[in-house]
Amino acid sequence: MGWNQRLGGGSGVWLFRRTPISERMMLSKGLKRKREEEEEGLAVDTWWLDPGHPAVAQAPAATAASSSLFDLSVLKLHHSLRQSEPDLRHLVLVVNTLRRIQASMAPAATLPPVPSPPPAPGVADSLLASSDAALSASMASLLEDLSHIEGLSQVPQPLADEGPLGRPTAGAPPSLGALDLLGPATGCLLDDSLEGLFEDIDTSMYDSELWAPASESLKPGPVEGPGKEETTPELDEAELDYLMDVLVGTQALERPPGPGR
Amino acid sequence: MLLSLPALHLQTSEHHPLFELPHGRLGPWCSPTGSPAPLSCDTGCGEGSWILVYRLLVPTQVSLLSMEEDIDTRKINNSFLRDHSYATEADIISTVEFNHTGELLATGDKGGRVVIFQREQESKNQVHRRGEYNVYSTFQSHEPEFDYLKSLEIEEKINKIRWLPQQNAAYFLLSTNDKTVKLWKVSERDKRPEGYNLKDEEGRLRDPSTITTLRVPVLRPMDLMVEATPRRVFANAHTYHINSISVNSDYETYMSADDLRINLWNFEITNQSFNIVDIKPANMEELTEVITAAEFHPHHCNTFVYSSSKGTIRLCDMRASALCDRHTKFFEEPEDPSNRSFFSEIISSISDVKFSHSGRYIMTRDYLTVKVWDLNMENRPIETYQVHDYLRSKLCSLYENDCIFDKFECVWNGSDSVIMTGSYNNFFRMFDRNTKRDVTLEASRENSKPRAILKPRKVCVGGKRRKDEISVDSLDFSKKILHTAWHPSENIIAVAATNNLYIFQDKVN
Repeated sequence: MGWNQRLGGGSGVWLFRRTPISERMMLSKGLKRKREEEEEGLAVDTWWLDPGHPAVAQAPAATAASSSLFDLSVLKLHHSLRQSEPDLRHLVLVVNTLRRIQASMAPAATLPPVPSPPPAPGVADSLLASSDAALSASMASLLEDLSHIEGLSQVPQPLADEGPLGRPTAGAPPSLGALDLLGPATGCLLDDSLEGLFEDIDTSMYDSELWAPASESLKPGPVEGPGKEETTPELDEAELDYLMDVLVGTQALERPPGPGR
Repeated sequence: MLLSLPALHLQTSEHHPLFELPHGRLGPWCSPTGSPAPLSCDTGCGEGSWILVYRLLVPTQVSLLSMEEDIDTRKINNSFLRDHSYATEADIISTVEFNHTGELLATGDKGGRVVIFQREQESKNQVHRRGEYNVYSTFQSHEPEFDYLKSLEIEEKINKIRWLPQQNAAYFLLSTNDKTVKLWKVSERDKRPEGYNLKDEEGRLRDPSTITTLRVPVLRPMDLMVEATPRRVFANAHTYHINSISVNSDYETYMSADDLRINLWNFEITNQSFNIVDIKPANMEELTEVITAAEFHPHHCNTFVYSSSKGTIRLCDMRASALCDRHTKFFEEPEDPSNRSFFSEIISSISDVKFSHSGRYIMTRDYLTVKVWDLNMENRPIETYQVHDYLRSKLCSLYENDCIFDKFECVWNGSDSVIMTGSYNNFFRMFDRNTKRDVTLEASRENSKPRAILKPRKVCVGGKRRKDEISVDSLDFSKKILHTAWHPSENIIAVAATNNLYIFQDKVN
């Protein structure tokens, strides 16, 4: 598939891939794959889950395989979020799979330490909670915006307590419409204290902007916004966020439209 | 909007070789696995008992464009040749459905077009032509739209077509894309009025002062014209993508389901719908499950089922409450611990759910299996059929190239004794529930000669590969059969392979 193209430029370098793009393209175009490469790919599927398997004892190898799957899943999540209207089923399945992978991954071996470890029973749990929160925050912000727009046309239905649906996550509600899950160098998930990010990171790099800024750019109001904001001596956090949204939205306008569908 | 294509543009039977069928009783189908069996159908078994009836190569959109605008045909052809992917992508068939009598077969494609085939009527002169399907009507059901509020383009791809039972001379069907459901009326016109007073034969208005006599217009026969008109448009009720529509057995209502909600409509009312299922969590962070398919019970107008991405099926009774968030029955099979993997949930996601014709069973399709459930037993299915278990060891690669998210459909035959579903490499599988036999067949141009018997295929999973077998690594994952349909009473099946439609029929000696 065209993930490399999606990321653009050199920003795609930070993900670890197991199979080369040529091979992936071959598979998607239906050409034959070399059997030995295929078997290499077979090995990682299930063996790490077997506690009796001798290879499981080799923690670094297991972690490497999980880690590559993890990276792949995060890439898929990014790709999915980047769609103008994400396929909800695909998104939910990828997120749930990511949670599974995280749950099985060795805590400290591959992931850099989380800046503020919460007092959870195990490190794995804390990582799950914090990264889960960031994931959820990201997905939630996307879906919350969806529901806000939907609220214009219909009254949201109250939800009956449906047991099988979802378990509450530990994440706090996002303070910003945060979209960035990964730092480019670490390949890890950042915790949900994202206030400092917008100060020094040029978010125009991450074109995973949702339609919230795009829709805002259609309104005449935001165009005058920056001018008004700049004259005000004190910018509080909310205004800064709004400003960033507008700037990113403006840049989204200037960029050539994507493939659309 | 009437869009009548001249027959020239489509490969109708007038222009291409007829695939003649033996006229007569169609025997029950079943097929043993293993080596080919003789053609004889005395015992009702015959491995090579399916023959190709009709293959339609869906043409490019060139013909439609040249109808609408005055554009130089050469320019269109060149641009399409250059941009080949556009030309074929719009023709990818996205849904196939027989009507309730099996006389009509409708297909929808990615370009928003609906093509209806009609079965050739029996006639004394050409007894052998019965069983052929010819193009009956073609129309543009949905156009690409732009949602200005969200800055989103809405695909015109037809996700589902469902027929209404016939109540008069006209045919009615529902077609839907991601957001809008439309009710189409397909009717025949074989007479037209002639002899207007104010219009001349070409339709130009006459000067009233030149008219000296009055006459009564008369109806004269004309060449049969089939016209499709949109009778209702049911829009603006779905925030998420519609994946299913289902006509209720009361023939007055139908439901449409998207990822998180199911709405109930009355055919006569387009500006409001009733929300009957809503699984959207108050806090979207808690979203872990979506609706994947939904269907009404064939006989009980109060009962419907919907499936989820977690491999569960819920049966709901609309008499219990207005909002059916509480299910009446909950079908889920416990996870097999020996098969657990990271992809367990993805492969358990149900892509299609279908009631049996009897209404006693439901069939579900997940990534690797087809399951039959008894409505009276919720804790596990009564039958499980492996569609392509050899893919279980390839899940990682299939996850990587997104094939693991493919949504295959499944169908019952008329008597609920055989079920069918698609696979990769243009393979499709049939399972006989009574004899427990199954067969793999292929829908492809290379292997389908006129009146050829379909040869059963076999996938080699390891070890020595026999002469006619195909190894797993040689499978073409871009050729997937997602959509199939089975005639309601006869052994005629329609198989959509990308932009080709195949119609196969059971051959009886």
